[in-house]
Amino acid sequence: MSKPVVATASLAGCFGCHMSLLDIDDRILQLIDLVEFNKSPVDDIKKFTKECDIGIIEGGCCNSENVENLIEFRKHCKILISLGECAIMGGLPAMRNGIPIKECLEEAYLNCVTVDDRIIPNDPEIPMILDRVYPLHEIVKIDYYLPGCPPRADLIWEALTALLSGKPLNLPYEVLKYD
Amino acid sequence: MSKITFEIDGKEITGKAGQTIVEAARENGIYIPVLCWYEGLKPAGICRICTVKVGGRNMAACTTPISEGMIVENAIPELEDMRKALVEMLFVEGNHMCPTCEKSGNCELQALGYRFGLLAPRFPYLFPKRAMDATYTKIMIDTNRCVQCRRCVRGITAKDGRHIFAMQDRTGHSTIVADRELEAKMSDDLAKKAMEQCPVGAIIKKEIGFAVPIGKRKYDKAPIGSEIQK
Amino acid sequence: MGSIGDVVTRAVKKHGKDATMMLDVIRDVQSELGCVSDEASAAIADNLGVSKVDVDGVVSFYHFFSKEPRGKYTVYLNNSAVAVMKGRDAVARAFEQAAGCSFGVTTFDGQIGLYDTSDIGMNDQEPAALINGVVFTNLTPEKAKDLVFQMKAGKDVKAMVKETGEGQNQSALVGAMVKNNIQKKGAVIFAPYEAGSGIKKAVAMTPEAVIEEVKKSNLRGRGGAGFPTGMKWEFTRNSKGKKTYVVCNADEGEPGTFKDRVILTELPQMLFDGMAVAGYAVGAEEGVLYLRAEYEYLLKYLQSVLDSMRNSGLLGKNAAGKKGFNFDITIKLGAGAYICGEESALIESAEGKRGEPRNRPPFPAQNGYMGYPTTVNNVESLCAAARIMVQGGEWFAKMGTFQSHGTKVLSVSGDCSKPGIYEVEFGVTLQSLLDEAGGSDAVAVQVGGPSGKCVAKKDFGKKLSFEELPTGGSIIIIGPNTDLLKVVHNFMDFFVEESCGWCTPCRAGNVILKQRLEKIMAGKGTESDLKEMAQWCTVVKAMSRCGLGQTSPNPIATTIENFREVYEAKLQKGADFVTEFDMNKAVQEYCKTAGRKPNIEGH
Repeated sequence: MSKPVVATASLAGCFGCHMSLLDIDDRILQLIDLVEFNKSPVDDIKKFTKECDIGIIEGGCCNSENVENLIEFRKHCKILISLGECAIMGGLPAMRNGIPIKECLEEAYLNCVTVDDRIIPNDPEIPMILDRVYPLHEIVKIDYYLPGCPPRADLIWEALTALLSGKPLNLPYEVLKYD
Repeated sequence: MSKITFEIDGKEITGKAGQTIVEAARENGIYIPVLCWYEGLKPAGICRICTVKVGGRNMAACTTPISEGMIVENAIPELEDMRKALVEMLFVEGNHMCPTCEKSGNCELQALGYRFGLLAPRFPYLFPKRAMDATYTKIMIDTNRCVQCRRCVRGITAKDGRHIFAMQDRTGHSTIVADRELEAKMSDDLAKKAMEQCPVGAIIKKEIGFAVPIGKRKYDKAPIGSEIQK
Repeated sequence: MGSIGDVVTRAVKKHGKDATMMLDVIRDVQSELGCVSDEASAAIADNLGVSKVDVDGVVSFYHFFSKEPRGKYTVYLNNSAVAVMKGRDAVARAFEQAAGCSFGVTTFDGQIGLYDTSDIGMNDQEPAALINGVVFTNLTPEKAKDLVFQMKAGKDVKAMVKETGEGQNQSALVGAMVKNNIQKKGAVIFAPYEAGSGIKKAVAMTPEAVIEEVKKSNLRGRGGAGFPTGMKWEFTRNSKGKKTYVVCNADEGEPGTFKDRVILTELPQMLFDGMAVAGYAVGAEEGVLYLRAEYEYLLKYLQSVLDSMRNSGLLGKNAAGKKGFNFDITIKLGAGAYICGEESALIESAEGKRGEPRNRPPFPAQNGYMGYPTTVNNVESLCAAARIMVQGGEWFAKMGTFQSHGTKVLSVSGDCSKPGIYEVEFGVTLQSLLDEAGGSDAVAVQVGGPSGKCVAKKDFGKKLSFEELPTGGSIIIIGPNTDLLKVVHNFMDFFVEESCGWCTPCRAGNVILKQRLEKIMAGKGTESDLKEMAQWCTVVKAMSRCGLGQTSPNPIATTIENFREVYEAKLQKGADFVTEFDMNKAVQEYCKTAGRKPNIEGH
């Protein structure tokens, strides 16, 4: 039987969740035995080359590109996992959700003391910023959630192995944290 | 004081007349999850997380006095799920950014989430527009984090008994504020007490930040309530 | 006028240096200064010995108090579901156009303020508004424009009332254009009644015998909950306290109910008699009528009725000629909050605080107004008690059904040709009421107001009674041309606005429910959205602290139960997930700020 295929991405996140994934230490060798990675920063595969079983996404959606990526993941993955606070509830980027986008942009690009070219970036090539940061599950269906900032490596490990083996997820108290 | 015998989840326990279900349960090593309840403060029945069934009826265990022969259901699946739902409501109702919060690790809302194994709320996040007010003298109030438990209203008063904290407005817009005149006169100890009584990080004493390293905080290793549960 | 300090000092002098009079003090300040500014609330706090934030907390709790000025003329336009059915939105637009400001604000010159308000008890003559406390009913866009014209001309609001309603609405002290619309009189409330007869009968008996007589009648509370009145009185009487109170709940706020307004207008003697009967039964010397602010226009008239009762010896020292029975009644005004219809919230409000329900136990019968044993009874219940004194408990008990005795005064409104007051014997079917009221083509009837039940045709044969179709009086008829989900949405809006915010499930849960309802109404709901919404209703109902939250999901829950097809028609069948996210909308503000065109492909 072929190994389950996993894809991962970081949207509006800091890659901390991916770092935490690598934090499973030598178990990464076991993981590689268990699964095959497809599109992911881990192996630098930029485009989906096949349909995947599990998509793991870090970060929420703060711009149009995030949304497009997320929708592509939903299309190609049977199971989608929201990994970390940003994916689940917007996280730190969502601290701007109470502030009008105009105010944010003006503060960042016009009024801030350290900027030289006082212009709000508007090149058609760059993604468009959304009115607020959206949790992933507001945009596509999400199957599982793994909280934490970042999620503890043990949480990721326990969850993945449970999912791959079909066994119920049994979480030790210490691995579930929101920070 | 006269003794009262009653039952929680089939276990016979004894309490003192005048005690509430929460108090008697704690003394008997039974944990009923609470959030707005705080030892020594008049119970207020706000968060409803302590809801139990008394003779089949839902009652807040923190405000209901015990009575002889009372049959209380506590740790039953139906209630546990609804309690968890309330914790989830509190998470989506405010803006709880745990990674940035000074109270993280010592926060009772968060601890309840851990205890209930909450991975993500079933409800959509409301992302309300709420204020962070740092213009006070002794404290900061971040209403993004407030769970409206009113521990501060009930527990922190001026020497003459006047309220330093009060609820404003109503509905989902209700919010906590401090009286500027009385707040400025708070002693450092009282400001610290206000911060400590707040179950979340809504009241922060100025010039105090993250104090305890990760791994050594109150709820890092063992769930809330485990200090009570026998 | 005078300085803010003077106004506050005068108000405090009038009402007393007493924090329990805070609502009255604030009301005077609000009406004289048009708002309760920071300076005013600080002065009030100073005078009453509380902190300023406590005063602000009270001001911000009630609809009719404000920190910001709301105009020389303040228009509160009802936005209840029936008002909307009757053309409220067009009236609102007319007000806005003529005044030159939108709802929620005041015109730049500070002359006219336009505000929404929840149900003002005029459902049978909507659209209706309160302008500086004066009621204007049956509004049309033309009338609204004319009213604004008169306000701009600086006319006195009372002078804008061109014709008055029938009965006591015409009396000099009321002078309101409100109509009674009494469509059907019954044997208990609207039958001829001789003022004073109830209390005279009562004082000839022992208090215990009075309670016994009321118990014999099987009278149950008419506000909706249906607690046996005699039993409530007995509990109150048996509670030990230095004092005992009778409080009359005249805060009918359930959308669609207006029967107490008509009773207060036409039968105040009977009501005050009933309060005296209750006072005699429970051993009280003081009665308090808690009158909702929306009915402030009746205040002077009600006070004059009390005066005349005092003059004729029915109230006061040795009331009704009974030696040692000293009983008098005062009137306390609310300030606009639905929750104050809940008896313990009403007590808090009467004590000058935020109208937040208390935790029970203790019950008001043990620990009520000012901490003393208190019986809180509905207007109609007290009138019924007066009648029971005259006609006897047995006579009363013969009417009605097995568990519901006597008559019920119903407030009928909505899609029908004869809205108004119907006093019917318990046990009449909903269908026969619909036929009488000219609402035979109803597709749904909201029985008991938003907190009640939305009843479908299959149940129109059921009886109006505590056991089958209980109601505090509100009957809202929904015809084939009214969008049922819009009505449900209006009701949810109402509960979101009226939740006191104390407990989690009601404060947050109703907002969440309303949001999910909106998703479904927008055609973006799935079967699992509907299923989840129904489950969430259960959580809010099961975990809320008081009757408000325990019933607030009812508009959704009972329509899912009885009108599932209305929801199903809106669902995306078979869809696993439907997003509410709209890329076009989400990027608009950025594109506008950055000055670029939205470039959306594949969305």
